[in-house]
Amino acid sequence: MSTPMVLAEGVHKRFGRLEVLRGISLEVQPGQVMCMLGPSGSGKSTFLRCINHLEKIEAGRLSVDGELVGYRQEGDRLHELREADVVRKRAEIGMVFQRFNLFPHMTALQNVCEAPVQVRGVPREQARERGAELLARVGLGHRLSAYPSQLSGGQQQRVAIARALAMDPKLMLFDEPTSALDPELVGEVLDVMRGLAADGMTMIVVSHEIGFAREVADTMVFIDEGLVVESGPPEQVISAPQHERTRAFLSKVL
Amino acid sequence: MSDVAAEPAPQQRPDDIKAVPVKHPLRWVMAVLVAVLAADAVWSAASNPRFQWGIFGDFFFDSRIFHGLQITLELTVLAMAIGILLGIVLAVMRLSPNPLISGGASFYVWIFRGTPVLVQILLWNYIGALYPEISLGVPFGGPDLVSVSANSLITPFVAGMLALGLNEGAYMAEIVRAGILSVDEGQGEASQALGMTRLQTMRRIVLPQAMRVIVPPTGNETISMLKTSSLVSVIALADLTYSAQLIYSTNYKTIQLLLVISVWYLIFTTILSVGQYYLERRFGRGSMRGQALTPLQRLRLTVFPRHEGGGAL
Ligand SMILES: Nc1ncnc2c1ncn2[C@@H]1O[C@H](COP(=O)(O)OP(=O)(O)OP(=O)(O)O)[C@@H](O)[C@H]1O
Ligand SMILES: [Mg+2]
Repeated sequence: MSTPMVLAEGVHKRFGRLEVLRGISLEVQPGQVMCMLGPSGSGKSTFLRCINHLEKIEAGRLSVDGELVGYRQEGDRLHELREADVVRKRAEIGMVFQRFNLFPHMTALQNVCEAPVQVRGVPREQARERGAELLARVGLGHRLSAYPSQLSGGQQQRVAIARALAMDPKLMLFDEPTSALDPELVGEVLDVMRGLAADGMTMIVVSHEIGFAREVADTMVFIDEGLVVESGPPEQVISAPQHERTRAFLSKVL
Repeated sequence: MSDVAAEPAPQQRPDDIKAVPVKHPLRWVMAVLVAVLAADAVWSAASNPRFQWGIFGDFFFDSRIFHGLQITLELTVLAMAIGILLGIVLAVMRLSPNPLISGGASFYVWIFRGTPVLVQILLWNYIGALYPEISLGVPFGGPDLVSVSANSLITPFVAGMLALGLNEGAYMAEIVRAGILSVDEGQGEASQALGMTRLQTMRRIVLPQAMRVIVPPTGNETISMLKTSSLVSVIALADLTYSAQLIYSTNYKTIQLLLVISVWYLIFTTILSVGQYYLERRFGRGSMRGQALTPLQRLRLTVFPRHEGGGAL
């Protein structure tokens, strides 16, 4: 079996006295799509942020593509990573946020080119070409010079996806990418994500779009109070949940 | 697509509305009143021989006044440059998670904001009494590498510039900090998630957005600095104000010279206000769907209503 893209074993995370993650264990194979659902405050965003080194975990093991997140192992001692190393690892993971978080002072194309130029040192001209290509791929080839405030929510989220793709990530994290969108705009974003999955991108998607999960996801996990309550193929989790809590939650979102 | 219901037919566009505008008789009365009062003020100043407008004209373009004006402008520009750079550094330090670094910045702001700038100007001027030699070398009294006498390094101009600039840094630090805090947290998060370092995030993402909050008060600070710089007359530095004082101490045309420099200060504060307006527009980029017209464009639209502002929308 190949190295899992994401491997979590008993991951714990605390904010002060609040235990947000209380031992998350899961595995995502390269090329797979995992959908994650759970009630508000269950720790889904926090878990994604841990994968992307935006939070430090306190116990357990979390690795991406075979490398520990946040630490370096020497013998049986762990050393904290320096900023330069953290930054390098983050650049290989794409993240898409609920509220898009596009840079408002830059055009769509500048948003997409910023990180390749600043982080990877890609020549500006080459980055612009690639950026235009990516924007065309998410259906925005005609809005290169629009500022975020001139775009609809769905268009902004598609720019945000193109911006993440510009770094050639080996893993994409989506944190409720469609829950800030008007219902008629959800479809265009899901279409782009469907395309990514079909191209073999490894993805973890926090979303309550059950139809999308059923169609695209390889596995589905249900998280509650910082623990994985249930996991398996989407069909099984949705149609034949084993746990009372999963059933109760699904009856509310379905 | 033949079974789709017919699209609603476009309606005939009715004629433009032609209505009689509301009349505002009181507005007209007020406007006339204001105009009469203004004309009277001008007339009284122009016809009062004690103003001695001829002398005003003689000194308005006096070379000593010009030289003073130059010193005032140089002081303003240099002190603001020091203030802004220092302000950015102090603001970033203040937001540091390291308590020693943020504490150091807070201490600086406490000292420089808590004492009168006039006193600071005097202290810098007398620094030679504390440190006759200013040297660069090993700390705690170790050997010196370079050393110069304070009096030759800290001329009155340098003392004035340092005092005004270092004092300004304390105020700018607060302005920049407020700007940085006004930027949505998600911006830093998105930028870090893309692999940008904290420094890159600050320089490329956070500061440019903070500018919208930083520029207006910085414009006010610059205008204020232009006038505050007149305090350097206490250390006999011949800025605009002190040059006028030097002249009227020999010819006693006090009022005329004070009017001359008042008009010069007004001219430059006006120029700065206009510059501030355009800077604010520039940093508002991307924050509005369309930009408001400039006063010039609005004037053109009022005078030539058919022109539609040259398609500026
Ligand atoms: N930086 C933080 N400091 C303190 N508490 C935090 C922080 N971030 C998250 N929390 C808390 O951790 C808990 C889990 O938050 P998280 O955002 O991971 O939930 P979530 O599952 O993503 O919920 P939602 O569906 O509402 O987005 C919440 O109770 C939240 O208040
Ligand atoms: Mg969340």
